[in-house]
Amino acid sequence: MKRYFARKLLVYALTFFLAVTVDWLIPRFMPGNPIQGLIARANLRAEAAQVLYGHYMSAFGLDVPVWQQYLNFWRALFEGDFGTSIWLFPQPVIEIIKRAVPYDILLLLPSILLSWWAGNWVGAFAARSKRLDNSILPIGYILTATPYMWLGILLAWAFGIVLHLLPISGAFSYSMVPHFSWTFVWSVLEHWFLPFASLFLVAFGGWAIGMRNMIIYELEADYSHYLEVLGAPKRLIRRYAFRNAILPQITGLALQLGVIVAGALATEIVFSYPGIGYLILQAIQNHDYFLLQGCFLFIIAGVLLANFAVDVTYLLVDPRTRVGMQGEGA
Amino acid sequence: MKAKKRSEALYFALRNAKFRIGLAVLLLFIVLAAVGPLLTRYEPQQFSGPSGVPPSSDHWFGTTTFGEDVFTQFVYGLGSTFLVGIVGGGLGTLIGVLVGFTAGYRGGVVDEILNMLTNIVLAIPSLVVLLVIAAYLEVRGVLFESVFIGLTAWPWAARAIRAQTFSLRSRDFVDLARMSGRKSLKIIFGEIAPNMMSYLFMTFILMFGGAILTAATLDFIGLGPTNAISLGLMMNTAVMWSALILGLWWWFIPPGVAITAIVGALYVMNVGLDEVFNPKLREM
Repeated sequence: MKRYFARKLLVYALTFFLAVTVDWLIPRFMPGNPIQGLIARANLRAEAAQVLYGHYMSAFGLDVPVWQQYLNFWRALFEGDFGTSIWLFPQPVIEIIKRAVPYDILLLLPSILLSWWAGNWVGAFAARSKRLDNSILPIGYILTATPYMWLGILLAWAFGIVLHLLPISGAFSYSMVPHFSWTFVWSVLEHWFLPFASLFLVAFGGWAIGMRNMIIYELEADYSHYLEVLGAPKRLIRRYAFRNAILPQITGLALQLGVIVAGALATEIVFSYPGIGYLILQAIQNHDYFLLQGCFLFIIAGVLLANFAVDVTYLLVDPRTRVGMQGEGA
Repeated sequence: MKAKKRSEALYFALRNAKFRIGLAVLLLFIVLAAVGPLLTRYEPQQFSGPSGVPPSSDHWFGTTTFGEDVFTQFVYGLGSTFLVGIVGGGLGTLIGVLVGFTAGYRGGVVDEILNMLTNIVLAIPSLVVLLVIAAYLEVRGVLFESVFIGLTAWPWAARAIRAQTFSLRSRDFVDLARMSGRKSLKIIFGEIAPNMMSYLFMTFILMFGGAILTAATLDFIGLGPTNAISLGLMMNTAVMWSALILGLWWWFIPPGVAITAIVGALYVMNVGLDEVFNPKLREM
C-alpha cells in the first residue's frame, strides 16, 4: 500500500511539474506582446510609453533572465501570487479566479457525482433485462455521443427561448446583487439548472452504458455461472457482479475527468456561466495571458486533486490494493 | 483459413442489427460529405443570399447572419469531422498500440516508465498544451488539429492494450514462439497482435468517435482550425452571434445532429462488433 501511494505521488509530482512548466510558457510564447497591448490602451506619447513600458516590464517581472523568471514563477506560485490580470487591470488574477471557482464547484461536483451514481444504478438495472435494455441502451448511446455544448445549446433553446421557462445566461439575475435571501438563492438555482442538466445527461449516458456492459461481462464470468448452478438467488449473483463491475467504473472516473472538465468549459461558454471556462474565453479574446495561466493552473491542480481522490477511493474499495497486490490498473 | 475466418466475422457482422444500423448511418454521412460539395453552388464562407433566412429550396438549411449557406458549411464541415476522426483516431490508436504492446510485452522497468508517461499525459489537460502550440502557429488547419488530438488521446488506448497484451504474453503459444528463438518484434506482430485484432479494431472505432467529440469541443472554445470550416466552428459562430436569441435554429441544429449521429453510430457499431467477436454476448 505504501508502494502504491509512493508511485502515485511520484507520478502526480512529475505531472504537476511538467504541467506548470508548460503553463509558464503560455504568456512568453504568445503572439504579440501583452505589455504593448496594455500600453496601447493608455494612449500615451512615445516617451511616456517608453517609461511606462519599463515600469510594466519590471512590475510583471519580465526584465530578469529567463531562468530567473522561471524560478520566480515557482516561488510566486507557492505564495499564491498568480500575477496581475491585463483584461481587468489592475486586479490580481487570484482574485478573479476566486470569484469564479465557487461556480465551477457548484456545477461540476453535483453533475460528476450524481451522473456517476445514477448512471451506474440505471446501467446495472438495464443489463440483461430485455425491456429496460432496449430503451436505456439507445438513449445512453445518443446521450454519450452528444457534444456537451450542443446539448447545452439545445436545452437553452428549448427551455429558455421557446418555452420561456428558465434563464439561459449568467449565474443569477443581472438585476440582483449577491446577498443571502430566498429570492437570490432561487435565482441562482434557476440559472444553475440548465448547465447542470446538460453536463449531467451527457455523462449519465456514458456511465449507464459502461455499467451495463460491465455487468453483462461479470454475469458471463465463471463465478456467476457457478453461483447459478449452486442455485443462488439472482439478486445475490447480481450483487456480486455489481461489486466487481464498479471497480473499472471508478478507474473510469479518473480517466474521464479531463473530458468532463473540457465539457464543462464549453457548457459555461454556452450559458455565459461565470466559471473558469467563461474566464478562459474572455482571457483568450482579450489576450490576457496571465489570467489564462492562472485558470490553467487551477484546472491542473483541480484535475490532479480529483485524480488523487479517485485513487484513495479505489484503495478503500478494492481490498487487493491494500495487501499489495496492486489491483487493476495500478 | 484466414480468409474463411474473416468472412465468418463479416457474416456475423452483417447479421447483427446494431452493426448494420451503425454502418448505415455512418455511410449516409460519408456519402453526404463526399457528394455534398458537388450539390452546392456556394463556398462555405461566401456571402450567398439574404441573411438569416429559414430553410428553403434555394438554401436547404437556411443561411447564417452573414448570409452564408448553412448546407454548404455543413457538408464541408462533415469532411473536416471525418478527417479529424481518421487522422486523430488513427494516430491515437497507433501510438496506443505501440506503447501498449511494448509496455505489456516487455514488462519490468520499461513498463514502469511507459506507465508513468501514460499517466502523465492522461492528467495534463490537453487544452493547456494546445494553447501553447497554437501560439506558434498563426494559421491552424484541420490536419494540425487532428495530429494534436492523436498525440494527446493515446493513453486510454495504451492502457487497454497493455492489459490485453499482458494477459496474452504468458500463453503457451507465445512461450513456444519465444523458446524457438523468435525475435520479440516478430512475436508481438506475429503471435500477439493477430489474437487481438478485433480488440484493436474496436479501439480504433472508439478513438475515432472520441477524436470527433474532442475536436468539436476545441472548435467550440475557439481553438479550432482558423482556415477551414468545421461542425464545432459552426456551433461556435452560432452561439457567439446569438443565433439562440434570434431563433436561427437551422444554424446550430444540423452540426450537432451530425456529430451526435456519427459518434453514436460508431459506438453502436462497436457494441455490435463486440457481440460478433465475443459469442458469449450474442444471445441472452
